[in-house]
Amino acid sequence: MSAVDQPLLRVESLTRYFGARAACRDVSFDLWPGEVMGVVGESGSGKTTLLNCLSARLRPDAGRVLYQTRHEGVVDIYDLREAERRLLMRTDWGLVHQNPRDGLRMGVSAGANIGERLMAVGARHYGEIRDAASAWLGRVEIDLSRIDDRPRAFSGGMQQRLQIARNLVTAPRIVFMDEPTGGLDVSVQARLLDLLRELVRELHLSVVIVTHDLAVVRLLAHRLLVMRQGEVVEAGLTDQVLDDPQHPYTQLLVSSVLQA
Amino acid sequence: MNELALEVGGLAKRFRLHTQGGVEIEVFRDLDLAVRAGECVALHGPSGCGKSTLLRALYANYAVDAGSIRVRHAKGWADMARAEPRAILDVRRRTMGYVSQFLRVIPRVPALEIVAEPLRQRGIAAEEAHSRAGAMLARLNVPERLWGLAPATFSGGEQQRVNIARGFIAEMPILLLDEPTAALDAANRAVVADLILERKRAGTAIVGIFHDAEIRAQVCDRLFEIAPFKVAA
Ligand SMILES: Nc1ncnc2c1ncn2[C@@H]1O[C@H](COP(=O)(O)OP(=O)(O)O)[C@@H](O)[C@H]1O
Ligand SMILES: Nc1ncnc2c1ncn2[C@@H]1O[C@H](COP(=O)(O)OP(=O)(O)O)[C@@H](O)[C@H]1O
Ligand SMILES: [Mg+2]
Ligand SMILES: [Mg+2]
Repeated sequence: MSAVDQPLLRVESLTRYFGARAACRDVSFDLWPGEVMGVVGESGSGKTTLLNCLSARLRPDAGRVLYQTRHEGVVDIYDLREAERRLLMRTDWGLVHQNPRDGLRMGVSAGANIGERLMAVGARHYGEIRDAASAWLGRVEIDLSRIDDRPRAFSGGMQQRLQIARNLVTAPRIVFMDEPTGGLDVSVQARLLDLLRELVRELHLSVVIVTHDLAVVRLLAHRLLVMRQGEVVEAGLTDQVLDDPQHPYTQLLVSSVLQA
Repeated sequence: MNELALEVGGLAKRFRLHTQGGVEIEVFRDLDLAVRAGECVALHGPSGCGKSTLLRALYANYAVDAGSIRVRHAKGWADMARAEPRAILDVRRRTMGYVSQFLRVIPRVPALEIVAEPLRQRGIAAEEAHSRAGAMLARLNVPERLWGLAPATFSGGEQQRVNIARGFIAEMPILLLDEPTAALDAANRAVVADLILERKRAGTAIVGIFHDAEIRAQVCDRLFEIAPFKVAA
């Protein structure tokens, strides 16, 4: 079987407790190359906990996260040594936080924010790093004249686009996003969504995107997980789940928004 | 006779409205339908009998409770009632097109892009996709000054023509049409009839809902009656 016939990520019965309470319980799914999976559910339903477990930042209490590496077959990411896991996080996975402050270094320039990620995977040639940074600023629609400015001086939408550039410059295979449009104005959100849609298609990225906004997943996600109280209550093709929801909770969620 | 393109067996669909006291709406049960390449079947029956529901089920936009929806796809068969999301999306990308009753506009995406998208998804280069999209929009009399605009502000008829252009451009082997001519004038109805006849000659299997008796007579080979469902006592 070639790598194309294999899921990139295979998640098996993932469970994580905080105290006696399961923040995420018995979650299983496969993520395929080029596939965008949305995770929706109300606040506190366990979306961020799940994303943290998937992205190697929070060890689950039970279950496995199996990753199809580029050359070394399938690994359980929590069986790896810390250094190996760190390397994969830099080379293969991206992580876009809701708050750009958590994903950017606010004290260094926009160009350095992008260049740093490249240097972390071994790039050394200053001219090349700067060229790559410039190219990525252009792709995320940030004016080149801002390359030496610090992200502190940027608007929320620009910061978020910079965070995306910082993640994508190393050509990751999977990008995890936690409410990437969360704190933004509606018009700024729309622009960011356009950009994400384009990049995902062009780069054939696999994405897990957590959001409570059904319009976001309608636009971006191929398939959905609906979470409630730590459990997946419904899963399937995005438009089917939104247009013909089966579970009472999903029906409530869909009927509570004006239009998605 | 041409080969089968679509074969539906034992299909059942009911809606359970959990947020409205658990009301159940049974739409159809034990529904069988077979459509051959080059054939056009019109779904028939009074408003609310389940025509749109059946089309959406064929496209896997609605879930079904029982039965199979076998589709000839990629040298084999796929079952839209059971397939994984990525397999369903592959059928939609390469085999089955759907013209919904109303265009679902994506904010800020221009008409030309919406029409070109099915080609782009198949890996056709932007330039060629755009030129074919333009030709299709021109054929449907959508004025060129609108091509670069997002259809949110278009009239009902203009939106529907964008929707039709998007549905026909990819030349799919199976096409589902939900009242494609409802908001169109006579000239544009004639264009749509031509498009349908062209696709039939090319071997596309078509399942449609046509309000307009004239169009129906022109393009359809037979009617498929959705029997009014009697709630068992
Ligand atoms: N670090 C933590 N310590 C204790 N409880 C936590 C922690 N993180 C999350 N929780 C709890 O786990 C549940 C799920 O939270 P979270 O994953 O953040 O949900 P969501 O992202 O869907 O809003 C909530 O009840 C939350 O209070
Ligand atoms: N998403 C849905 N949720 C609940 N009920 C639905 C949904 N879609 C259609 N129905 C119901 O199914 C029945 C058939 O509707 P429809 O397929 O639109 O009929 P037609 O297209 O023949 O006019 C109607 O009673 C309608 O209210
Ligand atoms: Mg969260
Ligand atoms: Mg209808």
